[in-house]
Amino acid sequence: MTAFDPSDITIMIVDDEPSVRQSLAAWFEDDGYGIVTAQNAAEALQCMQDHTVDIILLDIKMPGMDGLALQDRIREFNKEVIIIIITAFATVDTAVRALKAGAFDYTTKPVDPDELSHLVHNAVEKIRLQRENLALRESIDHLQFVDDIIGESAPMQQVLELVKTVAPTDSTVLILGESGTGKELIARAIHMNSRRRYFPIIPVNCGALPETLLESELFGHEKGAFTGAQYRRKGKFEMAQGGSLFLDEIGTLSLKSQIDLLRVLEDREFHRLGGERSVKADFRLICATNVDLEREVKTAIFREDLYYRINVFTIHLPALRERRADIPLLATHFVQRHARSMNRATPELSTEAMDVLLTHDWPGNVRELENAIERAVVINKSGVITPADLPLQIGRNSAPPRGTSLSEMEKEHIQHMLDENAWNISRTAEKLGIDRVTLYNKLEKYGLKRPE
Amino acid sequence: MREVTVIPLGSHPRDVELEQLKTGIERVISVEITIAPRPLDIDGALDVSRKQYHSTSILATLLQQSDVQTERVLGITPFDLFVPVLTFVFGQAQLNDRAAVFSTFRLHNEFYGLPRSGELLMGRCIKEALHELGHTFGLRHCITQPCVMNSSTYVEDIDLKPADFCLPCREHLGVVL
Ligand SMILES: Nc1ncnc2c1ncn2[C@@H]1O[C@H](COP(=O)(O)OP(=O)(O)OP(=O)(O)O)[C@@H](O)[C@H]1O
Ligand SMILES: [Mg+2]
Ligand SMILES: [Zn+2]
Ligand SMILES: [Zn+2]
Repeated sequence: MTAFDPSDITIMIVDDEPSVRQSLAAWFEDDGYGIVTAQNAAEALQCMQDHTVDIILLDIKMPGMDGLALQDRIREFNKEVIIIIITAFATVDTAVRALKAGAFDYTTKPVDPDELSHLVHNAVEKIRLQRENLALRESIDHLQFVDDIIGESAPMQQVLELVKTVAPTDSTVLILGESGTGKELIARAIHMNSRRRYFPIIPVNCGALPETLLESELFGHEKGAFTGAQYRRKGKFEMAQGGSLFLDEIGTLSLKSQIDLLRVLEDREFHRLGGERSVKADFRLICATNVDLEREVKTAIFREDLYYRINVFTIHLPALRERRADIPLLATHFVQRHARSMNRATPELSTEAMDVLLTHDWPGNVRELENAIERAVVINKSGVITPADLPLQIGRNSAPPRGTSLSEMEKEHIQHMLDENAWNISRTAEKLGIDRVTLYNKLEKYGLKRPE
Repeated sequence: MREVTVIPLGSHPRDVELEQLKTGIERVISVEITIAPRPLDIDGALDVSRKQYHSTSILATLLQQSDVQTERVLGITPFDLFVPVLTFVFGQAQLNDRAAVFSTFRLHNEFYGLPRSGELLMGRCIKEALHELGHTFGLRHCITQPCVMNSSTYVEDIDLKPADFCLPCREHLGVVL
């Protein structure tokens, strides 16, 4: 074991009271620890982005987000940092809550010098052990927070390699892939493995809103900016401050919105609607689309300059049918997940059912698979899922009629489902395992129209 | 040689010979100690509800003494000291700066219900003085060797450590003194 050097350990002191910050800082500076201080939750989160913090001395009562809420927030992205609560208002309740939520220890102000040095000494001891363990495992360095991404197949492993490469950089990422392939999941994985993980990732579904609403959604607005704007409202650009902005379905942005976005990306600042003051745009941009942007550029539906801005690092998500090897893993994963959430015993998947899953073409990809499994878990009574429990027409995919192309089949299937659901778009999309925007796109693509 | 003024704060500490303290310090580090003739008023640092004196504001008071010109100034007080978040402190110093203070309140054996011992008390005072002055000369707590710069949270810790600096700390002092 190497000699321990306190300057290798950074303590963050979070307290709204300046004299507390100052005296704790002075006390631990004498011990040689690295010290950072924060007077509220926002500063604390910023500190965690700028420094590697090992120990947090956390006050509970603070204006704005209180210490316990801050602890919860930190625990969402950092499981390692040691949190010691120091509060003047101790109750058994808060103590229990803090410890349950993962605080290392808990003490009340004023604290005995001896107790304080003991607490920190114990924390340091734990960090030392962790670091020794880490040193042993250093060569592996795997992604964090990706437990719910299932994929052992070569194409998925390549995707995760790309995520690992790009996550720590601040580069813009474009995620391509059919509907339901897990684009949002990958966007979150990138964010959670970046230094911005201490701030939120804000998703915006560009296809879900009409142009005018989207504008105020992104930019926010001042009070009275337009009729109906009764309050000042923060836009997504602002909410993503410090974190990441995830623009989903970016291919559906109107030309006007494309220009707006391009300007923000170029100027790195923007104005709220009806606002004078410019606001800094400090976010990492992650975009996703299921359309062929290059083709849209050629047909002038998508601006070329914006395309070059966002097409810096591309991750292509394989369709589920291109990685069938993952189907069994995914299927069992979803069976377990949905059985658990419905509080049921986990049913088995029969070999025949698995065969159906393996041969189906999954136009709606993982989402479609997940929906199919969820439905099967709901309707299954026997404890063994059979092909009859699956909402897939057997034979249709496994033995396509000669001369029928995939897209013709898709068109037919969509038509059938629409009729079955009385042209209720939401319900049909759900049944198909795709989202509404995708369904609308497909209606347009196949020229499907609601019967008069 | 570096000059240090030792100032009694509030009143003269009971049972402590300041001349003895001076010799005790000068024997270990090469500084020249002057003892201020009159105690300095520190009422402003009293926290009435805690019945303790805020050591940080005492440091500020020490720095305001325009008639004290020495490079370092060390306060000694019979009153109990605190900083807001801690129940008490033995002393406080500005790291690598001018002012330091320590209290004899918890250095008396009687405080712990033990028989009075002038010898122990003097030893503790000298160690506390050296420790706080060590901070003003840029030393942090020493963790590897027996050394007066070991941190002490119990009076027993003070008794255990030597009234002297370890070699690395001494080398550091050699550079600054
Ligand atoms: N590799 C995977 N492992 C586990 N679950 C997955 C995986 N990929 C996708 N899913 C699940 O499938 C569903 C759809 O994923 P997601 O929303 O990320 O897809 P998407 O590509 O963004 O779809 P769309 O284009 O329709 O927006 C989610 O519930 C997600 O958790
Ligand atoms: Mg999505
Ligand atoms: Zn000290
Ligand atoms: Zn030493």
